Parts: sequence; C-alpha cells; structure tokens
Amino acid sequence: MNANGNKSHLTIALAGNPNAGKTTLFNSLTGLNQKVANYPGVTVERKEGIWDLGDRSATLIDLPGLYSLDATSLDEQIARDVITGKVESVPRPDVIVSVVDATNLERNLYLTTQLFEYGVPVVVALTMIDVFEKRKHEIDIGKLSTGLGVPVIAVNAKADRGKSELADKVDELAGATPKVPHELNGGSPEGDNARIFARYNFISNAVQDSVKHNDKREHRVSEKIDRVLTHKVFGLAILVLILLTVFQAIFSWATLPMDLLDKGFGALGDGVRASMPPGILTDLLVDGIIAGVGGVLVFLPQILLLFLFISILEDTGYLARAAFLLDKLMSRVGLHGKAFLPLMSSFACAIPGIMATRTIENKRDRFATILIAPFMSCSARLPVYTLMIGAFFAGQTVFGFVSLGAVLMLAMYTLGITVALIVAFILKRTLLKAPPPPFIMELPPYRMPSIRTVFQNMITRAWLFVKRAGTVILAISIILWALMYFPRSVPPSVAGSQQGQVALNNEQRTTNNEQPAPLPEGEQLRNSFAGRLGHTIEPVIRPLGFDWKIGVALIASFAAREVLVSTLSIIYNVGKDENEQSETLISAIRDAKDDNGKLVWTPLTALTLMVFFVLAMQCMSTVAIVRRETNSWSWTLFMVGYMTGLAYLASFLTYQGGRMLGFQ
Amino acid sequence: MTLAELARGESRTVLSVRGENMITRRLMEMGVIPGVAVRMVKSAPFGDPLEINVRGYSLALRRNEAESVELEQVADNE
Repeated sequence: MNANGNKSHLTIALAGNPNAGKTTLFNSLTGLNQKVANYPGVTVERKEGIWDLGDRSATLIDLPGLYSLDATSLDEQIARDVITGKVESVPRPDVIVSVVDATNLERNLYLTTQLFEYGVPVVVALTMIDVFEKRKHEIDIGKLSTGLGVPVIAVNAKADRGKSELADKVDELAGATPKVPHELNGGSPEGDNARIFARYNFISNAVQDSVKHNDKREHRVSEKIDRVLTHKVFGLAILVLILLTVFQAIFSWATLPMDLLDKGFGALGDGVRASMPPGILTDLLVDGIIAGVGGVLVFLPQILLLFLFISILEDTGYLARAAFLLDKLMSRVGLHGKAFLPLMSSFACAIPGIMATRTIENKRDRFATILIAPFMSCSARLPVYTLMIGAFFAGQTVFGFVSLGAVLMLAMYTLGITVALIVAFILKRTLLKAPPPPFIMELPPYRMPSIRTVFQNMITRAWLFVKRAGTVILAISIILWALMYFPRSVPPSVAGSQQGQVALNNEQRTTNNEQPAPLPEGEQLRNSFAGRLGHTIEPVIRPLGFDWKIGVALIASFAAREVLVSTLSIIYNVGKDENEQSETLISAIRDAKDDNGKLVWTPLTALTLMVFFVLAMQCMSTVAIVRRETNSWSWTLFMVGYMTGLAYLASFLTYQGGRMLGFQ
Repeated sequence: MTLAELARGESRTVLSVRGENMITRRLMEMGVIPGVAVRMVKSAPFGDPLEINVRGYSLALRRNEAESVELEQVADNE
C-alpha cells in the first residue's frame, strides 16, 4: 500500500480559499525556510518552503488562494497543473493539505471536494477553530472526517496546535491511493451546474451531522463593523481618510529615508572618486554603477511603506471593502474596484502602484490598470513642473487672487487623470476587450493582521523589486551614462588625435599629481552621443517648440523625469548641482538663445514641456517594473510607444494651438 | 423576483440560478445554489454592488449579476 514509504523527500501542496489562514499555516510550518519566484512564463507567484515532517522532510508548495479549480483564471489553471504534475521542475504532490476555515465550513469545503478528484491523498487542516469555539459552536471532528472520507486535523498556527499531528498524517498518507466518494464520482453528465450541486449536497450531509451552530447572529460582528465602514457617508469619509494616509506616507514620510539613501550613495560615489585614480573606470563606477544602484534602492522606502499598508488593509479584510465602495465608480471606465488603490499610489510613484495591481485577479483588468498608472502625476514630475512654473509663470495670478502656478499644477494633474480614464475606456473596448469579469467577491470577516505575514509580504515585495526590476534599471542607467560620456571631448592640446587615444590620455593624467582642469561638463554633453542624438531628433521635436538642447534633456531624463533639471543645468553650463528653484538655472533658461539669436524658451514652450512630461513614459524604472509585472516585452514596448505618441500629439496640439491663438 | 430586488435585511431561498455562463458558475461555486437561503445585507454607497449573506459569510456582487438568481415567492422567517 505505502508505495512511497521509502521516499526520503516528499512534495506536499497546500491548497485553500483566500482568507482561510493558509499563509499563516504555511509560515508556521516552514519557518524562514521559504523562497518566492514565479511559475515559468506567467506572473503567478510560486511560493515554496521546507517542512520538517520528523523522520523525513517535504517541499511544501503554497498554491495561490482559490475558491475553485474548475474556472478559467490563471491562478486556478496553475494550481491544477501543479496538482497534476504538469509544471516543469515541480514533482507531482504526494499529499494535498486542504486548508479549511471552520467558521466558513461549507464554502471552504467546496474546493476540498474538487481536490478529491485528482487521485492524490487529501488531509483537511481545519483553521480558525479557536474563533469557532469562542462563538460556542460545536464541531465533532471525528464525524466530519467520516462524512468527508478524509482525515481532518484542527490546527492553530499561532498556538502550535495540531502541527505535529498534521505532519504525522501527511507522512502516513504519502503514496496511498485515495478513493473518491461515490456521490462525487465520475463527473455528472448533466453539466457543470449539476456537478456543483452534487458537491454542495455532499458537503451539506457531511457538515449537518458534525456541526452544531450556537446562534447564527453571532456571525455578524463584521456586519456591525460594516455599518460604519461601508456606510453611505461615514464609509466613504473613512475610505478617503485611509487613502490620504497611505498617500501621505509614500508622498511625504518616505522622502526622509529616500533623501538619506540619495545622500548616502552620493557620498559613497564621492568617496570612491576620491580614492581611485581618475579615468573611465572610476567614472563608470561612480556615475554609472553606484548612481544606478542608488537609483534602484531609492525606491525601497516607498515600496516598503505602500506594502506595509496594503498588507495590513488586505489582512484585516478592509481592502475588499474599499473595492466594494468604489466598484461603481471604477466600473464606469471598465476597471475593477480594486484598481483604485494602485492608481492612487501612482500619484506618489508608479513603481509601487504597478506592483500593487497584483491584488486584481483578472488579467485584463490588471493590465488596463498597469497601462494607465504612469499617467498619474508622480512626485518625480514635480521638479519639472516647479522649474517651468518658476521660470515663466511665477508671481502671476488668475482672477487677481489665484496663483497661476497652482492653476497650472492642478491642470497637469487633471490632464493626467483625464487621459488615463479615456485610455482605460478605449483599452477595455479594444485590445483588452472582454465581457466584464464578475465582481463576485467575498467580504472576509475582519481580523487582526498577523505582524509576521505583513512583514514577510513587505520584504518579499522589496526583494522581488530589487531582483527583477533592479537589473533592468541598472543596465539602462549604464547605457544612458555611456551615451552621455562617449565619445570623450579631447583636450585642446591633443585635438585631432584619434578617439582610441582618449583612454590612454586618461591613464596618462593619473601619473600627474596635478589633476588637469576638467572640460566643462556642458561641452562634453554637447559632443556626446546623447548630444548628437539631440541634434538628430531636433527636426522631430521642432514642431513642439523644442531645440536640440531640450532634446538632449529629454533623452537623459528617460532615466527619471527629475533628471531633466540636472541635464538642463549641465547643458546651460550652470553646474549640475543646481535644483529646480535655482535662480541661476531659471535665468539661464530664460536667456537661452538658439543659433539665430532667438530666445529658445517662451511660456508656451514651458507649458508644452509640462504637457509632454504629464503623458510621456519618461522613467526607465517604470519600464522595468511593467516588464516584470506583465511578463511581456510587447506590452511594455506598446506602453512606451503609445504614451510617447500621446505625449507628442498633446504637446504638438498645445504648441501649435498656442501659436495659432497668438502666443509665442 | 430576483436577488437584485431583495429588500435590505430580507431573507429568501434561492429557487434557481439562470444560465450557464462564467457568472452563474462562479455564483454557484461560491455557494449560491437552489435551496440555500440568502439575506440582503446592503448596497454600496453608489447603489452597486450589493452585499448578501449566504452560508454564513458575506458575498459582494454587482446588481446585474444578482439578476440571474431567481428567489422563492415567500420570504423566509429568521
């Protein structure tokens, strides 16, 4: 009977409904011994850990939270493939542990009855038993086990109850051939609905004999809380307060650690530069690699904070309520209620916002949300807006008392939101067209969040970001560095020499004790590949009122929008450490003239540039995270393409329209 | 009458779930099947979606999804 009795290492799958206590049990069984990756080719998360069964060990696979194995979602497909051993590098499970919430027995058991059909032994782990008993319900576990035909073990992950019993039972069942209860046997010919009916009938019979409910009204604690939290007035007010807190945290609280990281990497770069001989290697290390790594890590405070909030909101059960409150609004443009929080977060930064779309189960809804998230004016656009407003619209008012700067700022935010909604509306009717996915969603009972789960979730997100997006961001920042660094502008004394000698030149310098006066950075940038590219694209951006210098700044600020400010500073020779409020930079921009001696910048150019930055995909980190979250370069490139196209079109209309109206 | 028309706080037994599509299958898998009692808890602030109680837990669904659930003529006494 026990064919696998001699197997020294087992594979166990952990299945269960969302909110059934599966994650808590998984953490408790595997400890810190876990790893998270993706299933090959898809974005479904693959979580595994090592579970010590006593005399042998097992790989515990945490399947995605599921209500059913029959339907067509990606999560359900993957779960089915794991159970049937179809996933590459994952052995077919020896036993399935089905996690069942005792307080919501019937619906939780539905998935369990489906698991019976796969020919793998099933053990039911009954969670939330403490809550169940506190409500003075009674359950006869022996009877339930007989009724279901599989072992049932009550577990309490926090109190370590039932853990060794569960391990023993799994160890014992490995290799056994289970039999399917005849009520469920051999799929009903009358169709899906009849099969669902048969499963619930089987469950009702098993539960009827083993459970005595004390008083049905006891279940309604969450409904009482919801009298306030999903109230027509208070519910919405509280939701706004919570969203404001989250927004405040990632917009404002995160800036302190972000500044520290920024300064830390700046200091590290300076230190390295001081202790190494000047040359290409040092420049690559400092301006390419250290700056690139710093550019990756600087996002961590925002990601950690956002996921702290999301994990708490999700674990307590509030996130489902937020979706419930907002679904009507979001569904008008074809989005799910759950899209609200990721979009809101994107006003601080699209990176954590796009990562947060994982709470949206339907792929098309999720992609639509990802594709419009970068239109929300993020914090990196503020320096651009501030510089332009400071240079051309400062001190002006509308109606005599409203600052023109504030009006323009508001207009930029509104433009982003409007375009996002229109794009979502169009996408949901074209590329991502599908019948509206059902909203049908459980509102789980309110629970205290587990601190451990919350922190583990935060760390996992942060690590996934560094590992996956970090590499792309680093690569792009090195490429951009090289575009601006090469070819080196040779010093006048060796003018005319071949480019190949430049490196040698640098080497030679190191032998001198006196460092030669560096060439003006502006000169270098103008002659670099990026500078030449600026000239190349000038005919294209001319109709927007931009000259090649602005073109260079556009190319450089693909690294991140705020880089526009430092690039303009370099190209106008005012030093790269000027910030967006610098008077020198502002006057340099105002006075900049083109080759014919005409002023480059007018208020109309500034407005056009702002419009361009609202809509253009000027952020390599967003590109990297979209690539990771969609697992597709074509969607990523589509996004870069259509955003840049829209930005160009809107800027064109702004500039040419403005000129037709008589503005300069 | 359908589930979409059920008054707040009222409870009735499901008579049938119309149609065999993604929505009805999902509803049935979540436990909304003929013979089971459902209670209307509330509707969201903008009138949609709805929150119902079925088999002791809270389920949210849109109004047009609730329209495929036909209820018994007589109200349940709780």
